[in-house]
Amino acid sequence: MLHSAILFVLFYAFWVLMSGLFTPFLLAAGAASSLAVVWFAVRMHVADREGHPVHLIWPALAYWPWLVREILKSALDVSRVILDPRLPASPTVVSFKPRQRTVVGLVTHANSITLTPGTLSVEVGPERFVVHGLTRASAHAAVDSEMDRRVERFERVR
Amino acid sequence: MSAALDIASWALLLAGGAFCMVGALGLVRLRSFFPRTHAASVIDSAGAGLLLAGLLLQAGWTLVAVKLVMIGLLIFFASPTATHALANAARERGVSFEHAEGEAPSKR
Repeated sequence: MLHSAILFVLFYAFWVLMSGLFTPFLLAAGAASSLAVVWFAVRMHVADREGHPVHLIWPALAYWPWLVREILKSALDVSRVILDPRLPASPTVVSFKPRQRTVVGLVTHANSITLTPGTLSVEVGPERFVVHGLTRASAHAAVDSEMDRRVERFERVR
Repeated sequence: MSAALDIASWALLLAGGAFCMVGALGLVRLRSFFPRTHAASVIDSAGAGLLLAGLLLQAGWTLVAVKLVMIGLLIFFASPTATHALANAARERGVSFEHAEGEAPSKR
């Protein structure tokens, strides 16, 4: 119920901000649409802790700035490889067991790996991640990484 | 708009544009499927992100800024998912991690 209420507020805020018009008809239409979408989400069983993890918003705001720094750092690494006349790419595949226990944690970890240039999650599961790296170093850096530990701490927040 | 904000905005836009061009160059230079995926991810993580940040500074506190943030969030969540789906599908279809361009299974 709490999730549905928060979902409604977010949908309605989204509607108002996207439209930027405040006529009574549009405000009412927005409320009706938001209510309908919340109803669909409840019927599809996605308005829960897993489908809509609002409790993770604060840890996410702490994790994202760190992730942005990682993205920029590895973007520079990949750019260096691409611009080097010798093109020193050494594509490497590694597999390892992630530390996360929840679906949201696993998805966050896998998406973070893919978002950082130079590493790419190819197979994802609770027992095994298969990661492709542009260089040997970038692939091995994904195993037992700082990112792994940070996402593990992130998913533990209640 | 202050000059400092303008300079910061231009720096972000130029850096984003540079990453997009490096990514495009990588798509051409790298020789097989998986390495090319890494070049593409330079474009949609660093390139698009920095361009959006630069535009955000130009927009200021307006509804346009909110829309730019929404586009950013969409890319932030959808692009790694799509890239993963692409890589996973390539793997399922038997694209080997070692294969070089010109011997894609679909062309055999």
